[in-house]
Amino acid sequence: MLLRLVFRNLLRHKLRTGLTLCGICVAILSFGLLRTVISAWYAGVEASSANRLITRNSISLTFPLPLSYLERIRGVEGVKTVSYGNWFGGIYIEEKNFFANFAVEPRTYLELYSEYLLPEDQKQVFLRDRRACIVGRKLAKRFDWKVGDLITLRGTIFPGNWEFVLRGIYSGRDSRVDESQFFLHWDYLNESLKKRKSVMTDQVGIYILSVANPEHAAETAERVDRIFRNSYAETLTETEKAFQLGFVALTEAILMVIQLVSFVVIVIIMAVAANSMSMSVRERLGEYAVFKTLGFGGTYLATMILGESLFIALLGGTGGVLLTFPAAKIFLNYLGDYFPVFFVTGQTVIFQGLAALAVGVAAAVLPTWRSVRIPIIQALGRIG
Amino acid sequence: MEEKRAIVELKKLFKSYRRGGQILPVLSDITLDIQEGDFMALMGPSGSGKSTLLNLIAGLDQADSGTIHVAGVDITTLSESELAVWRASNVGFIFQFYNLIPVLTAFENVELPLILTDLSKKERREHVATALNLVKLEDRMDHYPGQLSGGQQQRVAIARAMVTDPAILVADEPTGDLDRASAEEVLSLMDRLSREAGKTIIMVTHDPRAARKARTMRYLEKGVLASAPEISFSQSA
Repeated sequence: MLLRLVFRNLLRHKLRTGLTLCGICVAILSFGLLRTVISAWYAGVEASSANRLITRNSISLTFPLPLSYLERIRGVEGVKTVSYGNWFGGIYIEEKNFFANFAVEPRTYLELYSEYLLPEDQKQVFLRDRRACIVGRKLAKRFDWKVGDLITLRGTIFPGNWEFVLRGIYSGRDSRVDESQFFLHWDYLNESLKKRKSVMTDQVGIYILSVANPEHAAETAERVDRIFRNSYAETLTETEKAFQLGFVALTEAILMVIQLVSFVVIVIIMAVAANSMSMSVRERLGEYAVFKTLGFGGTYLATMILGESLFIALLGGTGGVLLTFPAAKIFLNYLGDYFPVFFVTGQTVIFQGLAALAVGVAAAVLPTWRSVRIPIIQALGRIG
Repeated sequence: MEEKRAIVELKKLFKSYRRGGQILPVLSDITLDIQEGDFMALMGPSGSGKSTLLNLIAGLDQADSGTIHVAGVDITTLSESELAVWRASNVGFIFQFYNLIPVLTAFENVELPLILTDLSKKERREHVATALNLVKLEDRMDHYPGQLSGGQQQRVAIARAMVTDPAILVADEPTGDLDRASAEEVLSLMDRLSREAGKTIIMVTHDPRAARKARTMRYLEKGVLASAPEISFSQSA
């Protein structure tokens, strides 16, 4: 009988129920998309490995480190492999075609980043050819690049037009791996700079270290920095996660606003759903008085009201969750350049479910309290 | 002839309401016995306290002082939750505006009080069928209240009031919202319930025609039981 009452009450004001459902659905969808944006923002952090440390100039990332540090870092106790690289900052045809591009020492870099899956034959060609580059699957798809294509980047940090031959297309080991990056040979960049008699030769943006034991990462980082203390280019070594979080921190204010908006959306829909439930309950106070007159207790009424509220919230919430997936795909199509890793995580779905549940419960609290507390005589007096 | 016992006993009952800091006495020193099987009409002008007295007897409201015994139970000593349980098995309610649940069919409305009992689904169905048969609405059991006339809705309400076989039936202006023919039908049904099923019915009414159907009549004036004035049909015409 209780379920029957809940369902039939839901259908009493189809328009009101429908609009509330739509509102919750849109709110949960918006909440999910905003949470996905936040997740995408942290994608680099999530993808970082506990085994990897990053060493950079302690003043700022914009200040380079000398290549001569390589052997000294390699000799530090606890360091297994060392690679290095520079942000290349090249532009493909025009600025709007932005993608991340790095000049790296390819052999050690691919060894450190085993999550980039590159076919062995392509890897060998890439390692042999100094003008070669490799790109991620998504980036190749975006510009319709194929292995063997000649790609020209316009340098912004390193002036001039730079030509590369695409020798490989990597894919990520899992969905967290960024498949929209471009890698070229650091040696090719350095030799070209030497030919141009540039002051930027033999300079490295960052060193990437793998440690034998992640539990000793902090001590290893300390050892590296100790070597270069009081030198003209002091270093700052941190875990890859901390390094990535440093980038996220630069945009913390934006992230805070997105987080705030995602919660405001939920609070607004809570108020809307509570208003809708209050209207329904106010209209039915006389009926609830009849239930109480017949001997039904507050628990029965509370279950009836909460059941109705939860049903609307969870149905709307389910719709919102289901719509988040195609909406995220559309979002990715338009903003994929800025969010290379953009997918709805399990955690986001759980948050969406919890938000819908919270909306359902919160919307029912006041109306339930009112219907349970109101004296029968007073409620019956509202009839007719 | 066998002497009937009092099923409702009110002793020195007082009730007042507080409105804006003022205390308004509604019932004063009411002492009244209602015999088992009686069909009693409670009359009086508006604001005389009839509905308040009915609500107190039915356990919907609490008295300021005095005792109310119904079928041997002093309901003034019961808590709100105990009263709810007591009402479920001892009182059947008939309201002026029927107060059926609009989203439930006639059958489901009558079944509603039985949800709180230990009866099986089959037993509940049998009880509901018997109650609807009693009010001659078995062919309308699948209709929703909105699909029934006022008289039919009130008959469903009577079936709902009867279905748990309560000790007393209380009716607050049961014909107040009905046309004359429907009112007559409902009153005849209540009369039959009292005579044939031996139900004790306490009915609040303004309508002298309705009061005439009752076997006894009490008159309230300014919260005090008074001797009844002469009832004239012209009053209700």
